[in-house]
Formats: sequence, structure tokens, C-alpha cells
Amino acid sequence: MYISVRDRPTTEKNKATSTGTAARPPVGRVVIILGVVSMLTDISSESVAAILPLYLTVVVGLTPVAYGFIDGLYQGVSALVRLGGGWLADAADRPKWVAFLGYGVSAIARVFLLFATGAAGIAAVVTADRIGKGIRTAPRDSMISTSTPTEHLGRAFGVHRMLDTIGAALGPLIAFGLLWAVPDDYTVVMVVSLAFALMGVALLGLLGPDVRAKREHTGPTPPPFRWRDLTDRRLRPLLAVAGGLGLLTVGDGFVYLALLDHADVTVTWFPLFYVGTNVAYLLLAVPAGRLADRVGRARVLVLGHLALVGAYLCSVLPTSTVAATVGTLVLLGCFYAATDGVIAAVAGRLVPVQARSSGIAAAQTVVALARMLASAGFGLLWLLLGPATAMVSVAALLVLAILVAATRVGRLDGAVTTAA
Amino acid sequence: MNLSPRARVLAFVGIVVALVVAAGVYVLTQGREVRAQRGADPEAVQTPVTEVVDDPRIVFRHTGLDNELGVVAMVPLDDPGGPRAFTGVSCDRVAARADGASCLTIDRGVVTTYESHSYDADWDEVDSSPLPGIPSRTRLSPDGTLVGTTSFVSGHSYMTAGFSTATEVHSFDGSTSWGNLEKFDLVIEGKQVRPTDRNIWGVTFADDQTFYATVATGGRTWLVEGDLDARTLTSVSPDAECPAISPDGSQVAFKVDVDPGRKIVWQLAVQDLATGYRTLLEQGPRGVDDQVEWLDDDTLIYGMPRQDEPGVTDVWSLETTPAAQPQLLIEQAWSATVVR
Repeated sequence: MYISVRDRPTTEKNKATSTGTAARPPVGRVVIILGVVSMLTDISSESVAAILPLYLTVVVGLTPVAYGFIDGLYQGVSALVRLGGGWLADAADRPKWVAFLGYGVSAIARVFLLFATGAAGIAAVVTADRIGKGIRTAPRDSMISTSTPTEHLGRAFGVHRMLDTIGAALGPLIAFGLLWAVPDDYTVVMVVSLAFALMGVALLGLLGPDVRAKREHTGPTPPPFRWRDLTDRRLRPLLAVAGGLGLLTVGDGFVYLALLDHADVTVTWFPLFYVGTNVAYLLLAVPAGRLADRVGRARVLVLGHLALVGAYLCSVLPTSTVAATVGTLVLLGCFYAATDGVIAAVAGRLVPVQARSSGIAAAQTVVALARMLASAGFGLLWLLLGPATAMVSVAALLVLAILVAATRVGRLDGAVTTAA
Repeated sequence: MNLSPRARVLAFVGIVVALVVAAGVYVLTQGREVRAQRGADPEAVQTPVTEVVDDPRIVFRHTGLDNELGVVAMVPLDDPGGPRAFTGVSCDRVAARADGASCLTIDRGVVTTYESHSYDADWDEVDSSPLPGIPSRTRLSPDGTLVGTTSFVSGHSYMTAGFSTATEVHSFDGSTSWGNLEKFDLVIEGKQVRPTDRNIWGVTFADDQTFYATVATGGRTWLVEGDLDARTLTSVSPDAECPAISPDGSQVAFKVDVDPGRKIVWQLAVQDLATGYRTLLEQGPRGVDDQVEWLDDDTLIYGMPRQDEPGVTDVWSLETTPAAQPQLLIEQAWSATVVR
């Protein structure tokens, strides 16, 4: 299924994404709507995330150390929920309404945040928000996958991730704008955040097309979803490649800490690292997606990890300058642009149509779990070898992994893809 | 729902308009209310700084929601509920000695920054340095030459979020820094350990070399004795957080989680450093989360948030006996230290 945006009033956003694209068909309406839903939701979640540490410590009087322990625990839960969301979307062939459920859960969590007091209450609300995110991600990505022709998948995911990241960048700005206007009143941020979340839910519910991969599939009716579909011979190498590279993807936190380890970079800049990475990501998401469509998505996914190698090395350059810092952040943004949307684009085509959401969920879960392990292991390495040696070691291992993964690229990009 | 496309668009626009109006009205009303509140004078009776500054006093952060919110204030030690003197200096955490004060601040903005300041006895700034995160605790050594700070560092990572603490010691004038105490050698129950998950918080100084603090690792907390010259932290006993050493140096007071497991319920306890004998202050506050201060060798003071007024706190006192009941000491106050 493919819906042109020409049949709806042109907005600033799709004008921007379609400038100079006379030769290419415009980005699908589904992608734009889901992108705006994600943007509104990210404004909502990131505006709260930006104030939550201050709110918890200054107003609630919570010791964040305790909160941190709880937080780590739920990372694993989120990965399992993601698989569940994918399964539900496939089994019912209703990705829109499963995604709606996920967005809804997060929006309801915002209502409770207004009334939550104490550590346990807030931890519960944050968990509900995480669960909502876990539920919705794979069904939403499968809708993008189903509604886009294979040759433009990279670009479609690029546009979605760009809109999503714009929301992530706007959220903290809105939060601090509000706190500037109404000093120390965190409920104002929470109320506005709730309003954005509800807008996102309303947009998806009312205007989000009910994309149903199985029903709209041309040809013989696909069989019901079975977990065995995830052992598809085409998907397996992707899971292996993504998992293997994920094991060498240490958290951004470590890269930022490595930057901070230099004398010239003061801690004052720390919050800006996150902003810088996001800006680079949102600017590069669409070009990286288009490049992936042209030269092969698996190739860009694997070679995109070279940007991560660059970021590792750049973060521990002996002569630390502003240029090295900016370079590190741009490379990190480049890495996300080349991998985050692209892996969903690849995964959605390597499983039978009735397993699309689950296939995407499986790839994303493998990546998330591998990265969790990587961060835990790297913490140890960091302490044993020191930041510079640890970073350089991981960079070297990652180069090796990329070389091995590169041998699978041809097979992945050449695999028979499931039709949209 | 069998709505026409047009009806769906209209419904969506209607919802957006309703949400924007509702949120807008809320923000404007709250804004007006908060501005009115912040324009008002404090309820407490005021007195000039010169009236208080020469005698033993309690220095604290004023937390009344008025035009002195966050400003450091002082009351006479012998009349804590009496008139308070405002210094004009704003701090989120403050600790004072006779010759000066350590003041941790949050500078809110699109990029929120945190700083540690040193002020002399006349509240003129001597030194300032950036902090890596949200201020949590600060203390000065007895002679005021050393500053300990604890801040919460929130991990701004794309995939994960977590918290850790950064606890640092530097000289009052900023000339020397011992850096993050995580880099000190850690000895727990006689064994040198190098855990990756260690977190350290809540420094209290015995003198200019020896201090006490909390180390957390493997889900457990430890009271540790630190040595600035040897750069070591050595465990004294388990299950103690945010220690505070008594004026005579013989006891430490700290928080204890009396309900171990998922939920954290802190109560206060004191421990004799010579014998290791610990007394839980059973009638003391439940759910207290502050680094206590000693009013005298038999009495603690600590801050508690008000249940019904978010952001407002009071300072309470508690004698160090199991049967002692908390007494309200200073209203609308936080981060109190005693200058003798």
C-alpha cells in the first residue's frame, strides 16, 4: 500500500522533506503521520525527562542512586515487552491499534505522574512509560515498512527518525522555556507534556491509517504468525551481525565521559553533548537513509559502525580540542543515522509478511540487549585499562567485527525481500 | 469508528485546540500565582545580618515560597525560631563555618549548570568551580579549609538512563583538589576492592586529613573512613548513609534503611566511633533523606519536606536517645549547619 501526500494539503513539513525530489515520489502519508506522532510523543517524554532529575531531587527529595538501581532493572523488561508488542501486532494483524495501545499507556503514565509522590510511585510511572515505548516501537516501524516501497525504505525511516529526533530536541527547550516563565513549577511542564502526549495519541487514533500488512498482501493469504517465522534464514544473519556489532557498542555515556576526561572540556558542556548528538542525528537521518536505498541498506548499517569507531577514537584524542568534541558528537549522530532506522528497514523485509512487526522487534531487542551487555562489560574495561586504552581496544575490536560483518553484507542486501 | 475523513480531521483539530487552550490556561494561571507568591515578603520576622553574625548561629537555606526563596539566612543558636537575617546569597545547598561557607548552586537554563562556590565571612565570593551534576550535599572541615561536595550525575545517554554520584574534595580557596573520591583506594572489610558500581556520597570531616563518607557497592552501603593524604577509603561498618561527625568527634550520625528490600525507609542512628555501638533513634523521623548536623553533642538537626507544600521544608531537632521525639526547630529551612 502506498499513499501519496499529494492528496492532502501540503504542510511545511512535507514541503521541506520533498524539496528537490521531482524525480522521487514523495514520502508516504503514513510515514509523515507516524513521524509527527513520534515527534509529539518525544516532545512529551523528553520535556519531562529533562526536568525529572531536578524534580526528583529538589522537590520530591528522592535519592537518585536508589532510582538508578530500579531504572537499570527495567531496561530488561522493556526488551521483552518489545517482543510482546511485535507478536501482538502480527497475531492480530493490527499494528496501528497495538501502537495506539503503546502510545496510550505512555500518555496515561503522564496523568499519574501529576499525582505520583515518592520513589516507588514515580518509578512505577516511569516504568509504565517504558512499557508503552516497548509496545509501540515495532508495530509502528512495521507500518512504515508496509506502507513504503522497498526501494525507498531507507529514506522513509530516515524521515521518521528525523521527525522523532526533532521532538527529542524540542522537548528540553520547551521544558526550560516553561520553567523560565513559571519558576520552579514542575507541574506546568508535566501538564504541557501530557497535552503533547494526548495530541500524539489523537493524531494516530484519528488520522493514522490502519495499515494491515497481511490483509493487504497481494497473492495468496499468508499463514498465521508463528514464532518459527523469526528463525527465517534471511533474518538470522541480520540478528547475528546486529548482535555482534551491538556487543561492541558501548553507551554514549562512556563516550561523553571519555570526552570529559580531557582537561579542556569542562563538565558545563556535558548536557550539550546529548543535544549535539541529536542535532547531528536529525540532520543526517534522511541523507543516510537515501544512501542506504542507493548502495544497500545492510552495507550502510554495517559501515555506519565505522562512524562509531571514529567517535571512540575521536573521544580519546591526545590533543583535545573543541574540534575533537564536535567531531565525536557528529560521528555519534552519524552512527545513529546510519543504523537506528536502517535496521528496522532491513529487518521488516527479511521475514514473511505475517511476522513483520515481530521481525523488527527481534532485531531491535537483540541490539538493545547486546548494548546493555556491552555497557556493563565496558565499565569493567574502563576501570582496568583507563578511558583511552579501553576506548582504543573497543575501537580495534569493532573494526575487526565490521570486517567480519562486511562479508555478510552482500548476502543480506541480496536476499529476497518480502514485498511491501 | 466509522467517521468520514473530514470528520476525523475536524475531531483532531478540535482535540488539539482544546488541549492547547487547557494547557495554556493552566500555564498562565500557575504563572500568575507563582509570580504573586514570589513577590511577597517572608512570613518570618527579619533582622539585619549584623545582629546575628557575631554570635553562635545556625546558617541555612530559606525555603519559604516568597521573595527570599533559596536565600541563605541565619538565626541565633539560642533562638532558632526567632527573627532571621537574610544574607542575599542564594544556594541550593549550604554549609557554614566561622570563616566562610560552601554554597552549591543550580543555574537553570536550556543547559542547566551546577557550581560550587566559596564565600568568606562577609559573604563575598572567594572561589567557584563547576559541579558535574545536581547538588546534593556539602560540608566544610572544622577549620573551614576543606570543602566536600556531592552531586548527582544523570547519565545523558541515548539508550540508557541512570544516576550516579560524584563526590569531590577541594580546598576552600580552590587551590587544591583531591578530585573524585571514586579514584581513592577502597578497602572493604580488610580487602582492597575495585568495584565498577561504586558510588560515594556525604562527606563529613573529622579534621583536615580524616573524613567519613558513604560508599555504595553491590546494593549495599558502607560507612567508610577516608584519608586525604593516603587517598584511601576504609570501611568502618555496613548499612550507613550520609554520616555526620559529632562536634567532639566521638560519634557519627547517619541514615539507615530500616526496611531493606525494594522500598527504602530511612531512619536516623548514631554510632560510637570507639566502641562501634549503634543506637537507632526509633522515635525519630521515618523517610528522612538529609545529611544531619549536630546541634550539640546530644542533639541532631535535619530537614524534612512538608507533605502538603511541595518544595517547602522545615528543620527539626532530635536528641540522640531511642525514645526522643522530633521537635520543630526552624520553619521554612533546609541545609542547616551550626556555627559555634
